[in-house]
Amino acid sequence: MIEAIGLGKRYGPHVAIEDVSFAVQKGEVLAFLGPNGAGKTTTMRILTGFMSATAGTARIAGFDIFDHPMEVKRRIGYLAENPPLYREMTVAEYLTFVAKIKGLSGRQVTVALGDVLEKCALGHVAKRLIPNLSRGYKQRVGLAQALVHNPEVLILDEPTTGLDPQQIIEIRQLITSLAGGHTIILSTHILPEATAICQRVVIINKGRVVAVDSQEHLSARVRQTEQISLGVRRPQPDTVSILNTLTGVCRVTPKPMDDNGQVFIVESELGQDIREALSETVYKNGWGLLEMRAITLSLEDVFLHLTMQETGLDPAHVETPEPTETPLA
Amino acid sequence: MRNIGILVCKELRTYFISPIAYVVAAIFLAISSYLFVSQAMYISALSMQMVRFQQEIPPLDIHQTVFLPPFLNMTIILLLVLPLLTMRLIAEEARGHTMELLATSPVRSIELVMGKFLAAWLVVLIMLAITLHWPLMLMSATTIAWKPLFSSYLGLALMSGLFVAIGLFASSLTENQIIAAVISFGILIGLWLTGSGSSDNSTYTSVIGYLSLSAHVEHFVRGLIDTRDLTYLISMTVFALFLTHLMVESRRWK
Ligand SMILES: Nc1ncnc2c1ncn2[C@@H]1O[C@H](COP(=O)(O)OP(=O)(O)O)[C@@H](O)[C@H]1O
Ligand SMILES: [Mg+2]
Repeated sequence: MIEAIGLGKRYGPHVAIEDVSFAVQKGEVLAFLGPNGAGKTTTMRILTGFMSATAGTARIAGFDIFDHPMEVKRRIGYLAENPPLYREMTVAEYLTFVAKIKGLSGRQVTVALGDVLEKCALGHVAKRLIPNLSRGYKQRVGLAQALVHNPEVLILDEPTTGLDPQQIIEIRQLITSLAGGHTIILSTHILPEATAICQRVVIINKGRVVAVDSQEHLSARVRQTEQISLGVRRPQPDTVSILNTLTGVCRVTPKPMDDNGQVFIVESELGQDIREALSETVYKNGWGLLEMRAITLSLEDVFLHLTMQETGLDPAHVETPEPTETPLA
Repeated sequence: MRNIGILVCKELRTYFISPIAYVVAAIFLAISSYLFVSQAMYISALSMQMVRFQQEIPPLDIHQTVFLPPFLNMTIILLLVLPLLTMRLIAEEARGHTMELLATSPVRSIELVMGKFLAAWLVVLIMLAITLHWPLMLMSATTIAWKPLFSSYLGLALMSGLFVAIGLFASSLTENQIIAAVISFGILIGLWLTGSGSSDNSTYTSVIGYLSLSAHVEHFVRGLIDTRDLTYLISMTVFALFLTHLMVESRRWK
């Protein structure tokens, strides 16, 4: 549905994005994840035809964005970083105007207006002047503006930035409810948002795509080893050395003792399942098994890891957040 | 075409609910009414005097005596107020990020430019049409010379079109309305004054003289419809609109 091929954009000598390529399937929700200044807005502005690229091109619904801009624009709904709202219009007047310039006419406009007011729960503020709305409602009007002509493709640039937590939840729910009916690209610099709404993530940093994958695959890519957190009640001085003798184990890191016992992080080679051997060893030695969980990296760690690699920094030297631990299935 | 219509409606709506159009129209109409009325009273007093002193009354050219001075002054008033009407047009779309909506909608930039131009011009034409009631009121008192009156209004209408096009161009250069207004004052006053004050016959002065806006408009107001003046006003307007189109397009390439 959307295919970006080697997109590049320079502002004078400054390279904003370089060689950005990715593809989005019909009905998919893709997150464009990256820190501020990564080039998310630039990429979206190119896709929507607001800006030209200095290299590469893209196809949306089969149309080249530079050869057939009008065809592409008819099929896109775009919520810019700053929602494009007119101060002198009411919500209904504004959405009617947008529906018309997007190419709807006559009855279609009335129907589209009714639909979008309902979808975005804006019915009760339809007659209010836009500047008198709260920030959350303005954002909803922005979303309604992108949706009003029922486009195949939705491009949403940081749709939740600047909202309070309640509004963020509402907007996310709204976007989630749209998935399936539309192909959606959404940009964000907030990781939980990408994982909450999107099936796939494109990570972009300093204008380059650092990774394109599903959330699980990304985690797997970064992991060089499998890690298991092992908690025992009665650790012995030789616990570490005994664990180290097990086949497949490459490193054992003891955590500080506490009242309940001690936790060891056991790393094994990728693809080796050592859980059975571990539990047997603990049982045989009578250490008292308390817990055993696999540790997966959160997207946040992945992100940090990948972007740090990109700049040549050793991730070990930066303060990494605690990996989150998920119980074994 | 459809898009132009939609955009004209949107701009007109904005004009009719924002105070700026009313303020501009009020100032323009108040001053031009004053000019009309005072000139008419002055001329009628003058002719009364002539009658009183039993002088022979020269055939009175209503257009030259009653209408010409207020029309000439109206051109100056339009030059001073129209930039206030046009400063918002594109600058505000850029500042309020709504350009991002228009530029990503299936609307060509030339349609955008034409929509804005036609809407603003229409507002000025309505203002001009309102001033028509002064000549119409005089119809009962005297015979009106319709041909020079038509020529004057044609000239004023075309001149307003050029002023609006230049104002629109200025508005496309910046996101700041005040700066847009200052730029259009600059261009308009520059065009108005070029050619004035030089009298020798070199090519230089004749080229500059051709560019001079005031001379062309004055011909119309005096009752002369000359193709050279028509060509000047129309081609300058088209040129200004074309430059505006280029400016709007160029945003993409920044
Ligand atoms: N109009 C512009 N002129 C010059 N540089 C720009 C312009 N817009 C963005 N940039 C630069 O391009 C880079 C990418 O910006 P942007 O796409 O806005 O990033 P993001 O949306 O991911 O925060 C940044 O380094 C930014 O400073
Ligand atoms: Mg951005």
